[in-house]
Amino acid sequence: MSCKRMENKIVAYVDGRLKDSERLEMEKHLSACRACQLRVNEFRAVAGFLDELPQIEPSAAFDVRVRARVAAEPVKQGWWAWFTPSPRVAFAASLLLLATVWIGSRPTDRTLTAADEAQINQDLPVLENFDVLSDFGALTDLPQPVQPEDTGDSNPDQNQNQQQNDGQNQTM
Amino acid sequence: MARSDVQLMLDVKAGDEQSFELLLQRYRTPLVNFLYRMVRAREEAEDLAQEVFLRVYRARKDYVPSAKFTTWLFRIATNLALNSVRDNRHQRMEISLDAPVTVDAEDGDEKVMDIAEKHPNIEQYMVEEARRKMIRHAIDKLPEKQRAAVLLHKYQELDYGDIARILECSESALKSLLFRAYETLRVELAPLVARAGK
Ligand SMILES: [Zn+2]
Repeated sequence: MSCKRMENKIVAYVDGRLKDSERLEMEKHLSACRACQLRVNEFRAVAGFLDELPQIEPSAAFDVRVRARVAAEPVKQGWWAWFTPSPRVAFAASLLLLATVWIGSRPTDRTLTAADEAQINQDLPVLENFDVLSDFGALTDLPQPVQPEDTGDSNPDQNQNQQQNDGQNQTM
Repeated sequence: MARSDVQLMLDVKAGDEQSFELLLQRYRTPLVNFLYRMVRAREEAEDLAQEVFLRVYRARKDYVPSAKFTTWLFRIATNLALNSVRDNRHQRMEISLDAPVTVDAEDGDEKVMDIAEKHPNIEQYMVEEARRKMIRHAIDKLPEKQRAAVLLHKYQELDYGDIARILECSESALKSLLFRAYETLRVELAPLVARAGK
């Protein structure tokens, strides 16, 4: 039997993974072949060196990252899934609720910041327009809004109101 | 009795997230170590291992227990590692054209400061560390497919059929890969082999 035929089985032999029949065949060859015997010894040494390397331990952040990435996965579900409560959705909803409560319970800051002032200045032209509109003469010619104490009932019918207000406007 | 990997994976498929956590705890260390030996950088190994778990999770709905779970797991890991090694080699070649070569401290090496505290017999420690460095470098020098074969064969409890499926080759091609890898290691580690023989 040739060394060439044996060589691919040497790693398995060293590792103790050959079938009994193959192992016996190998041992028969080794007893007659110094070259293969030497190779077996050296492969055994190599296998021993590989055992010397220490294992490393994954970092503490590793599990956290895996869990975060898995949690960030979109949930692929059919339309019917909308009707079954999912723990993921419940969790997200409770987080949202907590955040809302927290924002609502924060003490409000009464002092104006520069940003607030800028916002007010921006709103000023609108407020000025309101003044113009409320002083606008034509508006006073329109029927006055109904005063509840004048009408007695709460019927919002527009024609009725108009008739009642016509008399009022003339006295003014 | 502990549930088998396949059972855990079927439970994940059925929507049980806790079973995924059990698979994570079972395989985090072997996967990170395999990838660390493949890509030689700890941080990258952890990134790739995260990617492996994510892909397992994504594939849960289509999971069919046709092969061993570990075969599937390490096949994903091996493909990611081989791609990463090939990409990095390409990058390194580009960098080496215009940058001076610097020797970085190896990831697995301990900081010099800690050595004296942890190892009272510093001389013996230095000898052992030099040995380990030599072994690491010999593994690093193997072509990546041979390296994967050696690591899967040596450190994972996988049989030849499993490893051949992971590497997508025949069993006889795998045996040939292992033989060539051991031949290279034997030559690279000749100084240690000679000492071991005495
Ligand atoms: Zn022989």
